[in-house]
Amino acid sequence: MSKGKIFLCRCEDVTLHEFRAAYREGFTEIESLKRYTGVSTGFCQGKGCLAESALELARLRGAEPGTVRPTNIRPPAEPLTFGQLAALDVPAPAAAPAQEKP
Amino acid sequence: MIPLSTGPVPATAEAVVIGGGVNGLCAAYELAKLGLKRVVVLEKNYIGSGSTGRCGGGIRAQWTTTENIRLAQESVRMYENMATELGYQVFFRQGGYLMVTEEEKHLAAMRDAVALQNSCGVPTEFLQPQECRRIVPDLDVSRLAGATFCPEDGTAYPFAVTWGYARACLRLGVSIFIRTGVTAIVSDGGRITGVQTDRGPIAAPVVVNCAGPWSRHMAAMVGVALPNRQERHEIMVSESLKPFLEPMVISITNGIYFSQSMRGEIVGGIGDPAEPHWTDPGQFDTRSQLRFAVRFAKALLAYYPRAAGVRMMRQWAGMYDVTPDHRPILGGVPGLEGYWHICGFSGHGFMLGPMTGKRMAKHIVSGEPDDIISSLSLSRFDSGETVADAFVVG
Repeated sequence: MSKGKIFLCRCEDVTLHEFRAAYREGFTEIESLKRYTGVSTGFCQGKGCLAESALELARLRGAEPGTVRPTNIRPPAEPLTFGQLAALDVPAPAAAPAQEKP
Repeated sequence: MIPLSTGPVPATAEAVVIGGGVNGLCAAYELAKLGLKRVVVLEKNYIGSGSTGRCGGGIRAQWTTTENIRLAQESVRMYENMATELGYQVFFRQGGYLMVTEEEKHLAAMRDAVALQNSCGVPTEFLQPQECRRIVPDLDVSRLAGATFCPEDGTAYPFAVTWGYARACLRLGVSIFIRTGVTAIVSDGGRITGVQTDRGPIAAPVVVNCAGPWSRHMAAMVGVALPNRQERHEIMVSESLKPFLEPMVISITNGIYFSQSMRGEIVGGIGDPAEPHWTDPGQFDTRSQLRFAVRFAKALLAYYPRAAGVRMMRQWAGMYDVTPDHRPILGGVPGLEGYWHICGFSGHGFMLGPMTGKRMAKHIVSGEPDDIISSLSLSRFDSGETVADAFVVG
């Protein structure tokens, strides 16, 4: 296997090489790396690559594994269709105070 | 290269800009372009981590007040030239904005808005419901009363805009500190003398408050009371699809907006009148809610039924920094020399930011009056005679 073709994020075709290049470009935060490379934004929403991305960032920083938190997890856990979502009904939270719009 | 610093801050600067979002970076870039040396941007998190990076990326000149129309129109011109100006791809695409309503009562105001926008040189047109299908062929127009369309409006990728401005800032010698919070703004005898940060003090004669939802908190540090309040607004992105949607579609009736990104995703949000508002950053809650996803899906399918089988990938939330008249607060404060506001954008800082930064930088450096800045000063709230912009959506 060519070293340049190790895929970090298979959904979005992000290679380890690209991830490292982005870091060297100045994207030194996990949230910025996500938005610049697209890592963890594909169909699995990071289930396959978030932990490895955080670990790789720790390696790049020369830091201990576990010192980099993965990106914030965004709902839903699995993609849902708009049709499925529109069939639900969620009332306003009871605790919400009465509002007047400014 | 983006050598963003997390090291010690310099002891002195010519100007300190609080906030590493679109407004802070635009202002810093324009200040440096006008010759200010040692401009420092302080961002408490990462670049674009506040409202800019959470926004929908829309840019429109369809407003109902002259100031908003002119600022947005001038910003559209800047977005058209931004990739060249910054040497950076910002994914700006002019697919237009289609603004729809289901209510007859909005039509007179929409026609007035078209006339006002046309008088400013913005090529908006009024459309009958059926005519909307010329722009969005599968739009359900059966309940619509009318619409307006401006072909020059568009979208850009908010993070790319902040990265492009950050790189351009660094080329001009601006220092950008991330993970650096401001703990105090210091003044002496009615004159700004600097800031305290969690990496040490910086002495500076100019401080520009571009802190978005945190701007009220920042202003209070130096005794300035802002009328802004902060609201959570939610947004989502779908799986990527082939290009099918040219414009941003927004509804004055229910507050939905949706467009297609250059990655192919549907990006959209919807305002929620049941959302609380806050004034203390300790209260900010940007967790996502199922209620948003459900409300968005219902509203989207009412306008675009063909999207029923499209999957929503993820949702997130951000804060709007909302003023009583939904227009930004620009300019200085009488009796506090060197302190400046660029805040209160009420959900529209991304679209107004480039031109606001340019006008404010010129005003700060040259001292020349600026008619838009004057009419958007904080003191307009003293008289209670403000004119609210009617087309606030999302």
